[in-house]
Amino acid sequence: MLTGDAVARLIREEGTRVLATLARVTGSIDLAEDAAQDAVVRALETWPRDGVPENPRAWLLVTARRRAVDIIRREARRAGKEAEATMFAGPVPEPPETVRDDLLRLVFTCCHPALSMEAQVALALRTLGGLSTAEVARGLLVPEATMAKRLTRAKQKITQAGIPYRVPPAEQLPARLTGVAATIYLIFNEGYAAGAGADLVRVALTAEAVRLGRLLAELMPDEPTALGLLALLLLHDARRGARLDGAGGQVLLADQDRARWDQAAIKEGVELVGRALRRTPDRPDGYAVQAAIAACHALAPSYTETNWDAVISWYDVLLAVRDSPVVRLNRAVAVAERDGAAAGLALVDGIDGLGGYPWWHATRAELLRRDGRAGEAKGAYERAIALGLSAPQMEHLRRRLAELPG
Amino acid sequence: MPKYAALIYTADVDWSRPEFAETSKEYNEFGEAAAAVLRGGSALYPTSSATTVRVTGGKGGDVVTTDGPYAETKEALTGFYLLECADLDEAVSVAAKIPAAWDGAVEVRPVLEFDE
Repeated sequence: MLTGDAVARLIREEGTRVLATLARVTGSIDLAEDAAQDAVVRALETWPRDGVPENPRAWLLVTARRRAVDIIRREARRAGKEAEATMFAGPVPEPPETVRDDLLRLVFTCCHPALSMEAQVALALRTLGGLSTAEVARGLLVPEATMAKRLTRAKQKITQAGIPYRVPPAEQLPARLTGVAATIYLIFNEGYAAGAGADLVRVALTAEAVRLGRLLAELMPDEPTALGLLALLLLHDARRGARLDGAGGQVLLADQDRARWDQAAIKEGVELVGRALRRTPDRPDGYAVQAAIAACHALAPSYTETNWDAVISWYDVLLAVRDSPVVRLNRAVAVAERDGAAAGLALVDGIDGLGGYPWWHATRAELLRRDGRAGEAKGAYERAIALGLSAPQMEHLRRRLAELPG
Repeated sequence: MPKYAALIYTADVDWSRPEFAETSKEYNEFGEAAAAVLRGGSALYPTSSATTVRVTGGKGGDVVTTDGPYAETKEALTGFYLLECADLDEAVSVAAKIPAAWDGAVEVRPVLEFDE
């Protein structure tokens, strides 16, 4: 017997698959969404009471199809056109491969590059994540009316511009997969960067992102980007329980209680990193390399016992595939841990283009402090604070600033 | 099949000048390669040749004719094609072969067709 939560989760997951199939059959995401939503609501009402049907997906599909037929009939009557609704009325069982392909089509449609990144994120959460418009709006910190309009416009564009409901051909797949991965990563960051805990919906965003990452890796088990992305999300998410103290303040990696890290997620993440890297010996996938760095941290018994040589060499690999000032900054931090503050500081000072980036100043401040240059550290802390970070992070910087001598 | 307008935005081009002969050849090649989906299209004279018409005060009002618009941005509408494609992906792949796409931009817009 499934618990209430497990039933709800099952309904949501199967609901997404039914939505994907209906989108193919009806050619309309809008219609499919209405119909699948209706079936999901009915299931949520009846299954916990009467028990889960023997074939949950078939139950949902039949219910959703009936609803879709009703909607089409109603629309047809209004438009003065009679019945074209019978074509998919029968309870045809969908083979698993078909359902998998339907889901992939839906993923690539929602994350089509002709849609704005904002629209992609919203649409992916709504259709693939199964979140309500209100939940998506709250999660992305946008007023609900704005979100409703954004979703409507995105679906209109899919219809009007003729964005195909299709998995791109093999030669386009890597480029298109980049956008899909970026969308899922962005959803995760929306929930994670805010410093979870304060708002349950933002925790739900990281959970949805992990779920979507899992879905992508299941659908494309040979794509290093899909495997690397899921590994990265899992390894970050594994630390969730230790990132905040009792008062909701941020706990830095160095100070986190590693006993509270999710060992199952770490194990799965590390295994996925290996699979992703084995598939790209020549030019490793960027997500997989980031996941490898996260794995170095996840596997270290304590902060001081971190294998900094390994961390730094993975950063060197990352620079080779995705050079950016922020990656250089992170590498410099690792060098500081291995070779001392002065060595790290020399690298940090050599990075151009981060003058407006609060973390650059915060990192300089920290390394100056460790190097005993309190006066310069003070100025750097002040500049970081002036540029602004999230509340718990600002709190940390102010505390450090107050502790400085003089 | 849906139709798409591929609107070409580039720096103004004066096709009568000899240095555009090579570009002109590239357009001809594109026209041949994309013949299956091309339903029409033309290059336009530079924006200096344009005349803008407005009727002030709505229908039946005074006709005001002005010179221009001159391109205030570097890129202006300098041509268009009408394509008939299966979907946006096909239209985009055709648009990417229009020579303007590699030194200007091509805007792909679905054509709204009214029911007869």
